Amino acid sequence: MLKHRVIPALLLKNAGLVKTLQFKNPKYVGDPINAIRIFNDKEVDELMVLDITASKEQQEPNYALIEQFAGECFMPLAYGGGIKTVAQAQQLFSIGVEKICIQSAVLNNPHLVTELAEQFGSQSIIVSIDIKRNWLGKAQIYDATTGKTLAGAWQTQLQALVAAGAGEVLLNAVDKDGTLSGSDLELIRQASQHLEVPLVAVGGISSLSDIKAAVDAGASAVAAGAFFVFHGPHRAVLITYPKYYELENLFKANK
Amino acid sequence: MKKIGIINYGLGNIGSVLRMIEKVGGTAIKISLPDEIYQAEKIILPGVGHFDHGVRLLQEKGLVTEIQTVAKQGTPILGICLGMQLLFDNSQEGTATGLGLISGKVIKFNDPTKALRIPHVGWNEVDVQKENPLIPTYIEQETKPRFYFVHSYHAVCQNVEDVLATVHYGTDVTAAVSSGNIYGTQFHPEKSHRFGMDMIKRFVEL
Repeated sequence: MLKHRVIPALLLKNAGLVKTLQFKNPKYVGDPINAIRIFNDKEVDELMVLDITASKEQQEPNYALIEQFAGECFMPLAYGGGIKTVAQAQQLFSIGVEKICIQSAVLNNPHLVTELAEQFGSQSIIVSIDIKRNWLGKAQIYDATTGKTLAGAWQTQLQALVAAGAGEVLLNAVDKDGTLSGSDLELIRQASQHLEVPLVAVGGISSLSDIKAAVDAGASAVAAGAFFVFHGPHRAVLITYPKYYELENLFKANK
Repeated sequence: MKKIGIINYGLGNIGSVLRMIEKVGGTAIKISLPDEIYQAEKIILPGVGHFDHGVRLLQEKGLVTEIQTVAKQGTPILGICLGMQLLFDNSQEGTATGLGLISGKVIKFNDPTKALRIPHVGWNEVDVQKENPLIPTYIEQETKPRFYFVHSYHAVCQNVEDVLATVHYGTDVTAAVSSGNIYGTQFHPEKSHRFGMDMIKRFVEL
């Protein structure tokens, strides 16, 4: 039986690990190599590292650092941030990254997804889609590089990116980011309908039962940041990850 | 020192395979030129990507004949993911001819109900189908070995005795194969922490 993956999503800012709140106020949480070593020891299902400044500041991915991450990971590593070309993707795969996560680049150029999928296979291409609700609660695509929401139905955009060749979708609920207030289950439900590729939900996870709720709502996998790096009401930095049997028991009913 | 040659043909995660070999006490060398293959006691053929692209790159590097030659000489070969699929005769993914070291073909997951999400991505438990030197059955711990999978196509062996392990995703599909000195895993041992490390260690110590 395929296990639902539970994925720590780590945010990178200038080679340091940070955690944001609703995509703002990045708080330094530590040295990424150290964190990755701990997650490796805890035998996490997969690890996701997203550079939150690369795209915004038009930087190249920090290859030297990412290669160090890959060297510490005996589990799959996904990287996102600043990827705009096939050549950059090639370099990332060659230094040991399993999957790349693209977002900003494809908002303007969905054809890049097709090019990447043709060359590297859909299974290695995650398309990340950030969704922010407006004051009426309407979900819209959010462009983190500009801080603006985009017009047009997000489901249509999502379908188009999957049709273009995305092998996985990372659904990011911006309003939930770092809040530890549970997932946007309605969003997960809507996104998972008619979706033929795995859906990874991220945003708001604060407990094992939140993970279960997201999976029950239709997520194939769940990613979380704050839940794995913060502890207690004062958000003290503490790296944790559930034990294998805890996750196994959690998903038993889903078998 | 056991020298493990990793075929470096421009597809996929050479780095992680290399590091895992060294972690378990082996010596890894990269093989980019046909002659270099003879320096290795064992060969690993990794790979992620399109079947035809993989075949074409192996051809361009002049490695197809060399791999087939050392295979005949009895050199243990381990194909990983696309590397395993390349061991077969052909694939529905394209039109190229594979290495033909294991009889059979590679086909796409077929799910008319559309209930299965393809690719098959994630950790899954495997059922070991025969005695083999790479994957123990872990009967004593009452747990099945689990590995990381990422694939949209799967192999179908012509000879059922070549199936080393299966994995359940919709139906039972081939997770690992072996035929004499030829081994292949659809999953990524280099990304399957202690289970993968154990398997790579066993391959290094074969």
